[in-house]
Amino acid sequence: MTDDMFSRVGSLAFFAGLTREQLRALAGAARPVSYAAGARIFEEGETADRFWLLEHGTVALDLQVPGRGAQVIETLAGGVVLGWSWLHPPYRWQFGAVARESVEAVAFDAGPVREHCDADPAFGYAMLRLFTPVITARLHATRLRLLDLYATAAQAGQP
Amino acid sequence: MSTSTAPSAVSAAVPQPYRVVSRRVDTADTVTLELAHDAGPWPAFAPGQFAMLTAYGIGEVPISLSGLPDPDDDRARRLTHTVRAVGAVSRALHDTTVGAMIGVRGPFGTSWDVGSAEGQDVVVVAGGIGLAPLRPVLHAVLAERPRYGNVVLLIGARTPADLLYPDELLRWGAAGVQVGITVDRPADGWTGHVGVVPALIPIARFDPARSVAFVCGPEVMMRFTAQALRDRGLPASRLRISLERTMRCGAGWCGHCQLGPLLLCRDGPVVDYALAEPLMKIREL
Repeated sequence: MTDDMFSRVGSLAFFAGLTREQLRALAGAARPVSYAAGARIFEEGETADRFWLLEHGTVALDLQVPGRGAQVIETLAGGVVLGWSWLHPPYRWQFGAVARESVEAVAFDAGPVREHCDADPAFGYAMLRLFTPVITARLHATRLRLLDLYATAAQAGQP
Repeated sequence: MSTSTAPSAVSAAVPQPYRVVSRRVDTADTVTLELAHDAGPWPAFAPGQFAMLTAYGIGEVPISLSGLPDPDDDRARRLTHTVRAVGAVSRALHDTTVGAMIGVRGPFGTSWDVGSAEGQDVVVVAGGIGLAPLRPVLHAVLAERPRYGNVVLLIGARTPADLLYPDELLRWGAAGVQVGITVDRPADGWTGHVGVVPALIPIARFDPARSVAFVCGPEVMMRFTAQALRDRGLPASRLRISLERTMRCGAGWCGHCQLGPLLLCRDGPVVDYALAEPLMKIREL
């Protein structure tokens, strides 16, 4: 880990509230990455061995649908977390991810982070407190979209 | 919001005949109509206000102004309304042809009070047809561009084909407006955002301490948008929404559009969120 990476991780708003030691543990598992527009970051079903903090650019989450190809489920833009399947067994991506445009991010290796979570419950709890709101927000967004709010009554299948 | 100028008794109660002078198809179920009348005083509509439009022989519906008339320019003395066909009356208005007559009562209700945002960033968030009442806000701000800070326009639509005013979106973007668009259901080839419009708020560039937000769309969308704006630090007192209930008389006489202590045809449709929020939490109000 370099001091640069420690500073970079510490500057990410997502990690505000972590202690210096916790930031140091995360920075030890971090490295800068970039993806060109169109690059696939991960494929549905692969081992979920990382997560990312997107700094710039947009990523599309997609799902392969037989006969329809890759269907975009949601897009994520700068400042947000990409990937939480690394948190729970079976550690497999449920969706794929593709860079919609040039992406700059910090990638974290899941293995060392999980080990640190197991070894230090305070660190593990801090990570859960960071990731739970992300999961909740995306659940809320999914529920909103299920309502099909912009549909007419006819489009929504109502009489 | 601003208090509206009360319409005269005649314009409030009697539909005035207006001729359809242009009809532009926006989407599969939405058109924008320009209406003109030859005689009588020009009604002083402000952005955010609405008119009761009559499809003769069928009925009357409230439709917000979707353009900015210029009372000093005879050629611009036109009312602009964007109409989505969702019921019998709006379908009849949607299907009308150039040269046909439509009845107009109004103006009614409160305005966005765009001028109160001078010197500050302007955040406009629209869901679906909710962009129509907000379009005059963009026109007013861009007409006086140096008076405002950053201008952000965030739009949520069902599909890319449902996006209103695509040509204008490009022009607004070229004029320096940060335009963010997200759809629920992307079509093949769509390269923009996918998801709900509140998700765009964290990445929009505005200073929440010196911004005014104008929001219009389905009520649930406005609640979640308001929450996202407040999470960014925008106070409820700097957030205005446009509410809708069953408007009938348009002048606060009949009470059909009551929302708690408000009669939305008179005290709305534009309401400060600080006032609206507790009312929106009461089920079936």
